[in-house]
Amino acid sequence: MNAKRADKLATGILYAVAALVVIILVALLGYILVQGVPEISWHFLTSPALAFEAGGGIGIQLFNSFYLLILALVISLPISLGAGIYLNEYASKNTITGLIRTTIEILSSLPSVVVGLFGYLFFVVQFKLGFSILSGAFALTVFNLPILTRSIEEALANIPDSQREAGYALGLSRWETVTKIVVPAALPSIITGVVLSAGRIFGEAAALIYTAGQSAPALDFSNWNPFDISSPLSPLRPAETLAVHIWKINSEGIMPDAKAVSAGASAVLIIAVLLFNFLARWLGKRLYKHLTAE
Amino acid sequence: MSPILTTENLSLFYGKKEALKGINMSFEKTGITALIGPSGCGKSTFLRCLNRMNDLIPGVTITGDVNFNGHNIYAPTTDTVQLRKEIGMVFQQPNPFPFSIYENVVYGLRLAGVRDKEQLDAAVEKSLKQAAIWDEVKDRLHANALSLSGGQQQRVCIARVLAVEPDIILLDEATSALDPVSSHMIEMTLLNLRHDYTIITVTHNMQQASRISDRTAFFLNGELIEANDTKQIFMNPVRQETNDYISGRFG
Repeated sequence: MNAKRADKLATGILYAVAALVVIILVALLGYILVQGVPEISWHFLTSPALAFEAGGGIGIQLFNSFYLLILALVISLPISLGAGIYLNEYASKNTITGLIRTTIEILSSLPSVVVGLFGYLFFVVQFKLGFSILSGAFALTVFNLPILTRSIEEALANIPDSQREAGYALGLSRWETVTKIVVPAALPSIITGVVLSAGRIFGEAAALIYTAGQSAPALDFSNWNPFDISSPLSPLRPAETLAVHIWKINSEGIMPDAKAVSAGASAVLIIAVLLFNFLARWLGKRLYKHLTAE
Repeated sequence: MSPILTTENLSLFYGKKEALKGINMSFEKTGITALIGPSGCGKSTFLRCLNRMNDLIPGVTITGDVNFNGHNIYAPTTDTVQLRKEIGMVFQQPNPFPFSIYENVVYGLRLAGVRDKEQLDAAVEKSLKQAAIWDEVKDRLHANALSLSGGQQQRVCIARVLAVEPDIILLDEATSALDPVSSHMIEMTLLNLRHDYTIITVTHNMQQASRISDRTAFFLNGELIEANDTKQIFMNPVRQETNDYISGRFG
């Protein structure tokens, strides 16, 4: 076989593989959306779930998912940002930083169900937080930390050293150079990383089953005192999220319309994750334009 | 006239390797000094000693004195942040921040705490005029500095340095990444500034050194071979190595 034919063949095979990937993705998304979108209504999105009767919604689960997401990001973002800045801007290359990097890699490859069980033993049992939003947020932090740290570190590493030199040469200290030049310049890709990790957190179920719990007690949306257990803001109440709800309905749901609820909830989940992805791109571009003017 | 900057027995080691071998040099208050020599001769390393940019490289040891306005800048009490405001630097690759032209130029002033809009506006106009780029960018001061051409970016970087009103400007091969037209613009800029600033430039381009500099210093293998008036160096060098280098016999 001559080189030209081999090239043609290889190109053909690569096209076929790429097409296969796209077809699988489209089929998967299409199936979930076609099955689920007809089930979505305002009532479905806002009313609480019903355990034994048809006509339940996913309102509380949806709220829980967002609340948990925000709490998890509030905890993990400062830590990741600090760790990323340390690793990329301050740490010299030695055994200790090598060890930190290896640890982060191992952490990021932990199966989420293991993170969930760890969270159960550590936060739920040891720290007596119970099945709660807080336990879930901590578990999600463990799950999210390594990935977010890596993406922030990479975003910072992409800023060329000439920018740092320019800062030093203008009389900026190292900290000023990091906070006033490097981080602002890397902000668009940092934001993209954060929003993408938000999508992952939003769809996570296994790490939450044993930490945030599988029940969604009724919430009193007129009570915004975070220390009251029936308040939506209470971080110590159990909080089943959307992804956990889907898993639960499919494994032990006994409501007559379980299939429809599951399909609708899956569609909402997929749409939310897709929205996060588009938001990440849009926000990244917007921010870059804004920061760099025109 | 007393020199503004002198080095006494300045040596620099990368680990154990001696990259600069006891350099004694002095710089007058105005005029352009060109540092020439083949790659790896230590001229850039020497330049970076003058505003302590080498401090940032791990494993570097520096001995000897650099006296600036009567103070040794390597004394432990030296504030490097203040020092680098007085001794500005322009690099080989144009490195504007990814902000607007305006923000780039006022960056140093803002850090120094200047808030007054009129004062900032005035500094922007003055610096950009000094750097000979005002006419090209005056209508788009709030455009991204990265949208400019390489030569324009470099002149914005020069304006950024000028805005903080340093005494000395160091240029580390500031035109070597630019096209001939842009290089020419930068050379014109430097010639305009030479009456008001001490300019020290490292260059690979010997024509450039002979065109713009008042004094020239020739470095070889970490040693200062010869420093003198530019005419003297190019027309009638004392040392054989200098003669070999400027006539293109090596390097």
